[in-house]
Amino acid sequence: MKPLRALALASLFASAFATPFAGAAALKTDPAKSSVAAVFKQMNVPVEAKFKSFTAAIDYDAAHPEAAKASVDIQTASMDLGDPEYNREVSKKEWFNTAQFPKASFVSTSIKPAGAGKLNVAGKLTIKGKTADVTFPLTVKAEAGKQVFEGQLPIKRLAFNIGEGEWKDTSMVADEVVIKFRVTAGTN
Amino acid sequence: MQRYSLPAIVLHWLIALLIIGTFTLGLVMTDIPGLTPTKLRYFSWHKWAGVTVLALATCRLLWRLRSTPPAYPGTMPAWQSRAAHALHGLLYLLMFAVPLSGYFYSLAAGVPVVYFGLFPLPTLIDADPALKPILGALHYWLNMGLAALVALHVLAAFKHLLIDRDGIMHRMLPFSTK
Repeated sequence: MKPLRALALASLFASAFATPFAGAAALKTDPAKSSVAAVFKQMNVPVEAKFKSFTAAIDYDAAHPEAAKASVDIQTASMDLGDPEYNREVSKKEWFNTAQFPKASFVSTSIKPAGAGKLNVAGKLTIKGKTADVTFPLTVKAEAGKQVFEGQLPIKRLAFNIGEGEWKDTSMVADEVVIKFRVTAGTN
Repeated sequence: MQRYSLPAIVLHWLIALLIIGTFTLGLVMTDIPGLTPTKLRYFSWHKWAGVTVLALATCRLLWRLRSTPPAYPGTMPAWQSRAAHALHGLLYLLMFAVPLSGYFYSLAAGVPVVYFGLFPLPTLIDADPALKPILGALHYWLNMGLAALVALHVLAAFKHLLIDRDGIMHRMLPFSTK
């Protein structure tokens, strides 16, 4: 019990005082090999919409995964439904209200190793001015000298007021939305 | 005069009503500006109806292959029966081409078709932003072609009913007039 606790405390300190020089390393993301998309069901039809513009800042060192940190900023106006008219519509007030809330963001609060190539991430997700605590599993693997982080985060769109008024009807657009992401980042 | 077989008559009128309804819904839904729940609902209904037309057209083609329709009366000029056969052939072609072009248009747009919101139909092609406008235009013009041919078909039927009075239209009416 005691050694375990000591270890937990040690890792807590490590993550609290982690800097790019000790424990974690700031990685450079490769936008061409990174993607963030929202998958939702519209009248039971699965539809995927990509966010074309986002930035991810990841501090990760495979030797010290517990010291890792991640934050992601997504330009809400960059959501692409495959139709310019629909893209304009979802930037309006009832949906993302991109004029008032141009960014959605995620900031990790804790990242814990959960077996080979797996991490459990907890953090704060902010969309349309609403912040919620979220946790999700993340896989990490090395690919061509870089790290590839992949995961899915299911959220409820109505918890963030995405789709107001008549769009609250979940028989039209389901409440559950899965945020699918893949971030490729490396030291070079 | 010999009438069409009952399955042929039932399929003809069922498909006719569905095509008119689906075509009209297509014009209405694409006229709705922006994005509204009604618009999305109409799009789904339109796709379900189109898939139904495709399924019924398949039944109809199979029935047509095994059941020969009644022959035209000897009084009908040869060019007219050739024209009628050609028109019917094109209508059959479009009964397939119109829903199929719409189906692939939807797939190219990245929206698979889930029949009645229950049965996911095969995603035969991936979303393709370059192909999408081409299939959209194809679907539109095939529909305009179908509308023109249906108009011709209806005009010809009424010509036989009102001018020739040769009983040709009666062969396909849902009720016997004699």
